[in-house]
Amino acid sequence: MAAREIESPRAIVEFRDLLVRYAESTALHSINYSVERGRWLGLIGANGAGKTSLLKALARLVDFEGAVYVEGRSTLDLSRREFAQLVAYVPQKPEFPPEMRAVDYVALGRLPHLGYFGAEGPRDRVHSLELLERLSLSAMATRHLSTMSGGELQRLVLARALAQEAPVLLLDEPTSALDLGRRVEALELVDELRIERGLTVISAMHDLTLAAQFADELALLSGGEIVATGSADEVFEESSLDFHFGTRVQILRTDDGELIVVPRRTKPKGSHARAPA
Amino acid sequence: MRAVRLATSPVSPRVPLLVTGLGLVVVILVSTAIGPADLSILTVAGILLSHVPLVHYHSSASAINQGIVWDIRLPRVILGGIVGAMLAAGGASYQGVFRNALADPYLLGIAAGAGLGATIVIVASSGSTSWLPAAAFIGGAAAVTLTYVVGAKFGGRSSGTSVVLAGVAVAALFTAVQTLLLQQHAPDLQNVYSWILGSLAAATWSNVWLILPYAVVSAVVLLMHRRLLDVLRLGEEEAASLGVNTRRVRLVVVAAATLGTAAAVSVSGLVGFVGIIVPHMVRLTTNASYRVVMPVSIVGGAAFLILADLAAHTIESPAEVPLGVVTAFVGAPFFIFVLRSRRAQQGVL
Repeated sequence: MAAREIESPRAIVEFRDLLVRYAESTALHSINYSVERGRWLGLIGANGAGKTSLLKALARLVDFEGAVYVEGRSTLDLSRREFAQLVAYVPQKPEFPPEMRAVDYVALGRLPHLGYFGAEGPRDRVHSLELLERLSLSAMATRHLSTMSGGELQRLVLARALAQEAPVLLLDEPTSALDLGRRVEALELVDELRIERGLTVISAMHDLTLAAQFADELALLSGGEIVATGSADEVFEESSLDFHFGTRVQILRTDDGELIVVPRRTKPKGSHARAPA
Repeated sequence: MRAVRLATSPVSPRVPLLVTGLGLVVVILVSTAIGPADLSILTVAGILLSHVPLVHYHSSASAINQGIVWDIRLPRVILGGIVGAMLAAGGASYQGVFRNALADPYLLGIAAGAGLGATIVIVASSGSTSWLPAAAFIGGAAAVTLTYVVGAKFGGRSSGTSVVLAGVAVAALFTAVQTLLLQQHAPDLQNVYSWILGSLAAATWSNVWLILPYAVVSAVVLLMHRRLLDVLRLGEEEAASLGVNTRRVRLVVVAAATLGTAAAVSVSGLVGFVGIIVPHMVRLTTNASYRVVMPVSIVGGAAFLILADLAAHTIESPAEVPLGVVTAFVGAPFFIFVLRSRRAQQGVL
């Protein structure tokens, strides 16, 4: 089958009539969307809205109907290795074998560039060390993963993904394991790397405020469909967020124009207090 | 930068391999020297050397002693080495593929299958054991195949849990049939039981030649997959996103490990514990990377089982203690000792 012409010549990722079905339910349906090269797409939505399914379909980790194009080629036409050279995926909870050394962990990311039984050569080692240096982890190169902090591991998993040298980087809730300060730090790092290396980033994000600040465009998912797309200004609308997240939110605008989304409690304080006997 | 590069060079099995390799040579010499006929290690080394091709050395030992070393003791030692290597490599592989520290080469029913095969031959032939290795091999391989087909067919595409559970069911089924057979043929109980407990007492060169091809194929395939087993340590999804066909890797590794284990079991009976203890000892004393664990387990497993077999036929000489009893008896306390080590506390396993 010849590659179908893609809608926008600048699109690097495109979903066409994407549908993901699990045994009992449909996780995603009629997803049509394209992402331009070098952009950061933030996927937002309640739990179970389909954010992770969308990332996994793009990462070829779940079966799907319809098509996903990366660099104009249907992902199912690519060999596993070719695909891993185009798309790097960081799961929500990466596994860190406790005794593995940081540098060996990063070097595993070179796998798509080696033969089936090939071993990484000096050039791959140097590449891994350069990535560690770029992510300020040089001093930890020979440390065991069990001795590293959450923030360090987060940077390390990014280093491993970057070692794949793939133009598309998928992040599933990249900051869920980090504290407040580390979250901003991690996302700023992703942003720097994106610009520096011309990466296209697609990430599922829980924190709407951070999503608004970092993503170039947002896609709001609900019930397995994309229900709103665009900039934070376009997507964030109180009644819509209330409806799709099933709660009450308030959207504030800071002096410098940033949007802040805060959840509000739905029942007034004290309403759970037991009535006096 | 050079120092950094040196410190961060890939994990290499060179040093532990050298140490265990030397240990293996010593163990081979010592086990060949110890026995009812008193021979010195030098005499034994001389006899062995005279058989090395291209080395023109003539041993001054008597023909009887040469025969004892070459035709009686050495086949037993070599066979023990091959069996130990296969069980250790099988254990390491299963632990990697199923990402479970408790996995041993008998996980998918190979022991129950081999046990049933052996029982059928012993019961049917009443004493003759020439078909025993073949029957045990076929029984073991059949059990694992059944396990894999059932587990892969009914389980999802996720990790190997459904295959492991299918292994439990298949093992229970085969053991039940075996028990039924034994219950109806009580006089054969002793023979079957002594096979189950494991022994190398009947080792001959023909046993060695019989299982060597399987052992070599199995070892080569497993060694080739040592890097991919490291990638599997990241979990199913991450390995897949790095371009690894995790299903195929698992299938090939399980097939190779099964081939080696079935070959080992067919000549030695069900020697337990080697597949668990040896790979974990390697992890705890050197490195958990399969680039180290696989080759060092093969060499270390060989040395371990030769040593265990030496104990099996010397402790109560001239009587033989079952090999499986020795491996557990020596292995368990030692393993507990290693578990107390600092590295174990750091969560290496």
